[in-house]
Order: sequence, then structure tokens, then C-alpha cells
Amino acid sequence: MHVNNSAEEKEIVTQQKSKLGVRLFFVYLICYAGFVILGVFKYELLATTVFWGLNLALTYGIGLIVFAVVLGIIYNYYCTKYEDQAEETENLTEGDSK
Amino acid sequence: MIYDISFTALAFFFVFVGLVLGLSFYFGRKKSSSSSYYAAGGQIHWAVNGIAFAGDYLSAASFLGICGMIAIAGFDGFLYAIGFLAGWIVALFLIAEPFKRLGKYTFTDALNAKFNSRAITLTASISTLIISIFYLIPQMVGAGDLVMPLLGLPHWAGVILVGAIVIAIVASAGMASTTYVQFLKGGLLIVLSTVLTVYILKNGLSTPPEFNENTYHKFMELTPEVKNDQIVSVPNWSVITQQQIGDKTFVKLAQNGIERWFEWTQNEDNLLKETLTITKKADGTTLYNGESKDNRKFYQVGHLSKIIVNGQELSQTGPLGPFEFLSTIKDSEIVRFLQVKLTDGNEQVSIYYPEVTSGSKFMLPGLKYKIGSDANLWSKMDFVSLMLALFLGTAALPHILIRYYTVKTPRDARKSTILAIAAIGGFYILTLFIGLGAGVNGVMDVESSNMAAPLLARAFGAALFSIISAVAFATVLGTVAGLIVASSGAIAHDFIDVYLKKNLDDDKKVKVGKIAAVIVGVFAILLGMAFQGINVSFLVGWAFAIAASANLPAILFLLFWKKTSSTGIAASIVTGIISSLAIILTSPTMWDKYGLGAENALHQLENPALISFPLAVLTVYVFTKMYPKKKTNLDHTTT
Repeated sequence: MHVNNSAEEKEIVTQQKSKLGVRLFFVYLICYAGFVILGVFKYELLATTVFWGLNLALTYGIGLIVFAVVLGIIYNYYCTKYEDQAEETENLTEGDSK
Repeated sequence: MIYDISFTALAFFFVFVGLVLGLSFYFGRKKSSSSSYYAAGGQIHWAVNGIAFAGDYLSAASFLGICGMIAIAGFDGFLYAIGFLAGWIVALFLIAEPFKRLGKYTFTDALNAKFNSRAITLTASISTLIISIFYLIPQMVGAGDLVMPLLGLPHWAGVILVGAIVIAIVASAGMASTTYVQFLKGGLLIVLSTVLTVYILKNGLSTPPEFNENTYHKFMELTPEVKNDQIVSVPNWSVITQQQIGDKTFVKLAQNGIERWFEWTQNEDNLLKETLTITKKADGTTLYNGESKDNRKFYQVGHLSKIIVNGQELSQTGPLGPFEFLSTIKDSEIVRFLQVKLTDGNEQVSIYYPEVTSGSKFMLPGLKYKIGSDANLWSKMDFVSLMLALFLGTAALPHILIRYYTVKTPRDARKSTILAIAAIGGFYILTLFIGLGAGVNGVMDVESSNMAAPLLARAFGAALFSIISAVAFATVLGTVAGLIVASSGAIAHDFIDVYLKKNLDDDKKVKVGKIAAVIVGVFAILLGMAFQGINVSFLVGWAFAIAASANLPAILFLLFWKKTSSTGIAASIVTGIISSLAIILTSPTMWDKYGLGAENALHQLENPALISFPLAVLTVYVFTKMYPKKKTNLDHTTT
């Protein structure tokens, strides 16, 4: 990723976050594409009852919504961790130089 | 549909609209710089921004459109919810933070931050304008639908009302006010949808759907006498004419001088089944079920014909848990009302006839987007195209991107986005219950599916209806305001100030922005009238497809391919706009709008993304290879 880094964020943090973002994006893309592919090529499978009396279409659909939220929370957790780690390292370096 | 004015709803409506206007005038007084007009000065708290994000996103398309489409087409409506939310993944994981680091006020600024290219300024501002207008159409259509039962006004009056109020909001304040309006609206929408869902589950399912003081019309079934495939007589009715439309036969009968249309199920049970009809006569008058509108013979519909629980048929279920509710509908039978149009002498007749659909079919994709056994290549392509547009469109919507700039840091932008995903995701799961609830509780207006959620609320009581209508109206107000700010930014800032190099001072920039807002507002009003009656989610699908095709390839290449040149970006935006617009304007829905008949359209693809997105991606690559970035551009940055 070749974006302008703001003064307060290190290149390494930007790269870590970007890498994580791209990976999680592909994880979700595979799940989402899976739903579309099932719809087009294995339509009858979507009618299978999975659990609580719900069919696969409903379970998959609601699952995709919940999964997006879960991935978002995971992403935020790691991004915040990267940022905090970078800040801590910076503070330590500043402390040492004093 | 025939509606009475609801005075309780009216009172809530005025209080709410007053609140919204008051809020925007209050914030309007506090600021005057162009940065606060377009991006609220970058001073909004991330949590407020997150809910405002949700408020922006949960437009008429979500609340009115998705619920409405679920009510008439079952799971196919829920496809929109799945796709709309999935789009946020692209926004969060790929676009949110890099964009925040790149940008100034508008989408064009962010895209151009590395190039300072006039071609990008021009093409990006045009794409912002076109996408905003396509997103504005469904909002205005939804506004018109909303005021019909709320204020007893015709559709066009609602469209003008919303247009006028929004122009007043935007011209007086700008982004700061719309953020707080969206925050308020987003929060209320989620709370009220939860309340409505609780009502639905508590009420359970019944056939006929009669609860509180609601009565459901009992549809007539008559037995005809038949000779040589023609109906010769029906007791107490005189037979006028019969018409074959596809595999359906419709028969016009008359009784006491009133003419009615029936569906003749000749090959099943040989009965004449009552339909709903709207007849436009040559002299311009319109009859509802053969009578004038004031006689109130046009009914709300949608019910379960059979309720099956654990293999047993019941007439009512009592309160149900969320999963029980979904699985009971899946095992039962739903009666939907489908439309056919026919010409009878010099009369134009729209017939809405009952169609029994098994719950298992209703809870699967396929009633609108045919992908099952009755699918063909076009219909499968249409399904994939829709899912692609929804997935890729969100991150490329200019009025969503603009909100990335209203918080201080990339960290805040990220937290806002995650909060928005959680709020929107929760809301979309609720739309499934609201949509299904509307489809089976006898509240549907056959003329427009968009009113499913508010009309369901009305069945549960005037208070709930009035609050939900007021919030839905505010939803439209807020979204339209955000879109008009984005469009006026594209015209005043990108086009006049930057592209034409007018170098406007701060005051002039705001003034030009406000004039542009009024012009876009008036244009949106006209389009809102033209597209009456079409499901608003379907219309929003087009805006997503244009955004995904025109903007997303440019954004992704800019962020992930260092060699991307300004010529490549500008060419890809142009290709995305032209190809998606060309496919939309020649689609079956538009052919029907032109009066040429949907079946005669040049192609059968309703959503263009499957073709226009790859085309735009190819263009940015090919043009970058042909016209590579100049060396000086490599180090050029704007701050």
C-alpha cells in the first residue's frame, strides 16, 4: 500500500494493518462468493434444513451478516494492538534517549 | 391504495420534522467555513459518526425497500440485506483508513490526492453526481409513498415536500447538521425496528390475519358454468368478457352495474377467484375494483392460506420465538398478489391476482431473481450481477465516503465503521422479520411494496405507525440531505472551484454549494415523480452498480497498484459510468417505463455490474499501461 503516512503513524503499522485488512477481506470474499456459487450451481442445497428448522439459505445469509460484524471486531482488536505496540516502542525509545 | 389521514401520525410527523429542522438551523448558525459545510470540520465523535454512518446507510432502500421486497418476494429481498452489509467489509478492510489518510473533503479530492489531474477532477465529480442522483431517485420515490398514508396526500406532493424540506436543511447548514440528524435517525430506526419485531413475534401467525381490530377481506370464489372452454354463466353475475394472459385466464363479470375481474383457475379447481383491479378509463378516471376510490373497495392483502406447525395445520400459533417464526413460515403456505396488465377496449387494467406459494419456496432465493429450476442464463447472470454490485458498491458511494472525513483520526474512522457494521447488521436481521410479518399479516398495498413496514406498524396501533412513519420520513430527509451535500460538493468544489480554476473564497464556495444543492434537489423531485411504484431497493441496486463500476476500480488500483496513472483512473471512471448507464437504460425495467414492454428490451440484464465492473477494471489496467504515470507524478503529493 502506498499511501501518505500521517506524521503520527509509522509505515510499519500502516503495512501491518493493510496486510490484515486484505487477508480478512479475502476470508469474507470466499464466504460471500460461496453463497453466490451455491445459488447458481447448487441451488437445491440451499433448501436443506440445517438447524432450528431453518434452511441453508437463511442460515448462510444470517451467518454472513453476523460474520461481518465478528471480522470487524477482530480487525479492530489487532489494529488497535499494532498501534498501541508502535506507540509503546516509540515511548520507550524516547525514554531511553533522555 | 386508499388511505385516511392519521392525525396522531400527523402530530408526530410535525414534531419530528420540526426537531430535525431546528437541529440543523442550530448547527447552521454555529459554522460558516467550507470545511464545516462539507465535512463538519473533522470534529465529530467516532461513536456519533458510527451511528450516523448507519443512519446514512439505512436509507429508504433499507427500511422501506428491503422490508417491502421480502414481503412480496421472500428471501430475494433478504439478498439485498446480505449484499448491502457485505459491502461494508470492502469499505472497512480495504478503503476506510487509506482513504482517511489521503483525503480532504470529497471523493474526488481523495482520488486526486496523488495526481492533481484535471481529468480525474472532472470524471470523478461527474460520477459523484450521477451516483448521487441514482441514489436520490429511490429516496424520493420512498418519500412519496410514505406521505400517502401519513398525510393522505398524493405521491407527487410527498416528493415535493421532502425535496423542499431537504433543500432548506442543506442550504441552511451542511454536513454538521446532517451528521446529527443521521445519528438521531439511525438510533431511532434501530430501536423502533426492534419494537416492531417484538410485536410481530408476540402476535404470532394467524389465518385469516385478524388481530387487534383488523379485519381481512374474504376473497370471493364463484363457480362458473363452462361450455367449449368459455364461461357461459355465473350465478348472480353477468359475464362480460374473458382474456388469456400467458397461462392465466381473467374474466370480467358485472353485478349491479359494477364490473369486476376474476382469475379463472380452469385447470385446477374450476373456480373464479376475486382479484384486485385498477382500471384507468379513457376519460382519465381511475376505478378501484370497479368503483370510485371513495367507496373503499380496494383492500390490503398478503396472508397465509395454511399454517403448519410440527406437521399439524393450525389457524393461529400464538407468540413465537424468532427461529420458530421463520421455520413456521417456511413450512406453511403464503398467498401473494401478483400483477398482470391488460387492455380491455380503451381501458388499461392492472389485475392483482392471488398466487399460493409454498413457504419453502418463499424462504429461498428465486421468486424475483430466478436461479433455481426455472432459471436461464440471463436470470443467473442477473443474480450474480446484483450480488457483485451490492458487495462492491458500498465502499464507492460518495456520500458514504464523505463521512470518513468527519472524524479526527484513521483510528476513529475505523471504530466508526465497525460500530456502523454492527448496527446495520442487527437492523438487517430485523428487516427479515418485519418483511415477512408484513407479507403474511394482511397489510400489503399492492400498488407499492415500499410501504410494507409502516403499514405493518399501523396494524399494531396508530402510535407505533405514527412514530415509525415519522422516523422513516426523517430517514429519507437525512439521506437526501447527505446526498445533496455530496452532489453540491461535486459541483461547487470539484467542478467549479478546482476544475474550472475559479479559486473561490470560502464564502463563495459555500454559496455556490448551496445554489448547486437547490438545483440537484429540484432535479431529484422530478425523477422521484417519474419512478413512482418501483421498489426502492431495486432502484438503489442501480446506484450501487454504477458506484461499483465507476469508482471502485479507480479506488482499488490507486491504493494497491503503484503504477496506476491518472489517465487510467479517468478512463476507468468514464468506462464504468458509460457501460453501467447504457445497460441500465436498455434494461427490461426501463423498457417497461418507456412503454415498449419489458420483454422487448435489448437484453434481459437488470443489474449492470457483472459487465461494467470488469470492463472498468480492464480499462484502468490497459490505459495505465498505454499512458504510464509520468516520473514527476511519482513524488507529487498534495496535503
